[in-house]
Amino acid sequence: MLRSLNIDPEKCTGCLQCEMACSYENEGVFNPAKSRIKVFTFHDEGRFVPYTCTQCDEAWCLHACPVEAIKMNRETGAMEVSDSVCVGCKVCTIACPFGTVNYNQDTGKVVKCDLCGGDPKCATACPTDAITYVDANATGLDKMRAWAAKTDNAASA
Amino acid sequence: MSWTKKILRVNLTEGSVNVEPLNMEWASQYIGQRGLATRYMFEETDPQCDALGPDNKLMFATGPLTGTMASTGGRYSVITKSPLTGAIACSNSGGFFGAELKSAGWDMIIFEGKSPSPVMLNIINDKVELLPADDLWGKSVWETDKLIHEKANDPQTRVAAVGRSAEAGCLYSAIINDLHRAAGRSGVGTVMASKNLKAVSVRGTKGVGNIKDPARFLASTSEQKQVLAENAVTGQGLPAMGTQVLMNVINEVGALPSRNMQDVQFSEANNISAEAMLEPRESDGKANLTTNAACFGCTIACGRISTIDKTHFSVENKPEYWGNSGGLEYEAAWAMGADTGVGDLDALTYTNFICNEDGMDPITFGATVAAAMELFEKGAITTEHTGGMELKFGSAEALTWCVDVVATGEGFGADLGLGSKRLCEKFGDPDLSMTVKGQEFPAYDPRGIQGMGLTYATSNRGACHLRSYTVASEVLGIPEKTDPLVTDGKAGLVKAFQDATAAVDSMGLCVFTTFAWTLDNMAPQIDAACEGDWTVDRLLEAGERIWNLEREYNNRAGLTGADDTLPPRLLKDAAKTGPAEGKVCGLDEMLPEYYGLRGWTTDGQLTDDVRQKFSLPA
Repeated sequence: MLRSLNIDPEKCTGCLQCEMACSYENEGVFNPAKSRIKVFTFHDEGRFVPYTCTQCDEAWCLHACPVEAIKMNRETGAMEVSDSVCVGCKVCTIACPFGTVNYNQDTGKVVKCDLCGGDPKCATACPTDAITYVDANATGLDKMRAWAAKTDNAASA
Repeated sequence: MSWTKKILRVNLTEGSVNVEPLNMEWASQYIGQRGLATRYMFEETDPQCDALGPDNKLMFATGPLTGTMASTGGRYSVITKSPLTGAIACSNSGGFFGAELKSAGWDMIIFEGKSPSPVMLNIINDKVELLPADDLWGKSVWETDKLIHEKANDPQTRVAAVGRSAEAGCLYSAIINDLHRAAGRSGVGTVMASKNLKAVSVRGTKGVGNIKDPARFLASTSEQKQVLAENAVTGQGLPAMGTQVLMNVINEVGALPSRNMQDVQFSEANNISAEAMLEPRESDGKANLTTNAACFGCTIACGRISTIDKTHFSVENKPEYWGNSGGLEYEAAWAMGADTGVGDLDALTYTNFICNEDGMDPITFGATVAAAMELFEKGAITTEHTGGMELKFGSAEALTWCVDVVATGEGFGADLGLGSKRLCEKFGDPDLSMTVKGQEFPAYDPRGIQGMGLTYATSNRGACHLRSYTVASEVLGIPEKTDPLVTDGKAGLVKAFQDATAAVDSMGLCVFTTFAWTLDNMAPQIDAACEGDWTVDRLLEAGERIWNLEREYNNRAGLTGADDTLPPRLLKDAAKTGPAEGKVCGLDEMLPEYYGLRGWTTDGQLTDDVRQKFSLPA
């Protein structure tokens, strides 16, 4: 069963535990500046929104890469960057419509979410279930359930 | 490890910035943040110095767990000598600034001297420079934050700044970081402005990585986060209701002071409570509370994000205040609401916004307005002093007018900016100031919660609830229930809370974790992160050492046992209603025992035995 990250901004408190978990797993340091998942704060609206790579099936980054450094992990469905192949040309960062592939000055390579090999640390660290790792075929299930409850007239009668 | 082991020393007189190694011997004795900076203050300043003169120093200090994944590990404190109390000040703040400072590679910043003209400190990792800030002087914190972000062109830059109130000399100005988190009490912002230092901006991309035993640290922090999640207060009450969950609870206990502490209950408490913040309002169907919010790394998320009703008189012509910002916490809602008799939630939210925008401590601000209202009631302050405004208890118009004039220091705002002690002295009735050592009480009446009387009287920074929050035991039953109306056993309770809290404040963690955690839950986390064997006993010993050093600083500043007292109102005027009806605070039943437990003399001085036991500096 393929799983994907499911993000529910309504539940996010902006604590950045996900960013620390991500940076520690990938860089060995608690450092939001090196995280592949980012929480954006919309101050006036009072909203916090985590955002990261959604692992497109027809991935723009993968197709744009001139040296085939980005490949799909068949088990997890993640588009993974091979550091030994990446030449740091950054074409993938231009190709990605969502901005979730980024260049790392320290290494000269690009970095993106790789789902931690099937055990995404951001989801484990999230204290409010704003980030969960669920059946890829059913990411909408919670929203459907919430709307289903609203359309059940008997319950509100 | 987990300290960066580096500090910045900024001499504002010379305009110089130097890097020094952290004194690791002191770190092993005083941990970090509150304790460690107190040790530096003790070494480097004369406790009798003028708090607003160039000889005072201003220290921004993080703890060893700041910037790590330990829940709530984002704290920093500002330590200096207070202009409000003349005692040592230590104000703790959350938000994101502290973790960013640590991530830039710094444990502490020590500011000394006074700049000849307005400056700000800009930190981008190792690149640290003082920049002219003439363009920021005269601006609010919110404007300053915006201008610095525009210049930096980096949304991740974190800013701590002082507002116009501090520039105008208000004695209880705060340092505000991340727009609405505050190093709030004792006038630390006033000291910052006295040095012509407007702001500190920081961007740190190094991260915190020098963890002693990473696998054990991740396992331990993860386990302890679960403890917070499963606790009723930290897992449910605080995220849903914030600290405001206390408003109705404390009112029922008969310990919610009202009308400058003339009463111990407030008839309109429910109108300004957490419950009221969730009620949809008539004008737009929205509730005051938009969402809860977390500080860096915090899995509790008690912060409030609120809006003001656009049709409310305070903002109907000010669309700049129609968006979301930091909402009411319990202490602020009490001081500006119950203590002034104002039961108007939107008026309180407005005054809260302005306290953040121009950097005032809302507790001292609200309590000072309450004192001014009582002086007005007695005729000592008149409309001639205020330029026409009637300072009546319960008047939302008067309250919002007060916050506007204190923010700028104009007219009567300069008098209100003195704090209640100096205000009441100026207008001839010093007993109306509800303060200890010149700092105003927070939201718990010590006639209804006796342990808080001793807490206030002996707090090293003047009246404060965060030095030993015995409310946890006396009202909430954490870690075990004691009777709030008796004085027996409270001396030991207060001492235990004081020592443990000093350790918590020095690690980089938030004291709100202690609704669920004890030092038993914290020791494994700091021990996995830091060199040395950090046991509960060692943390407690460090906490007691810190408490004694703060006390020694204050004694050398000229404070004595005579300052460990409460206003006559709380010692002589009995509570009129509620469970504490007929009670006064029995401070004299607790204080001698407390001195004995501390090993101090009967007039509150440290003894050589204590100094030796804790290896205090000479």
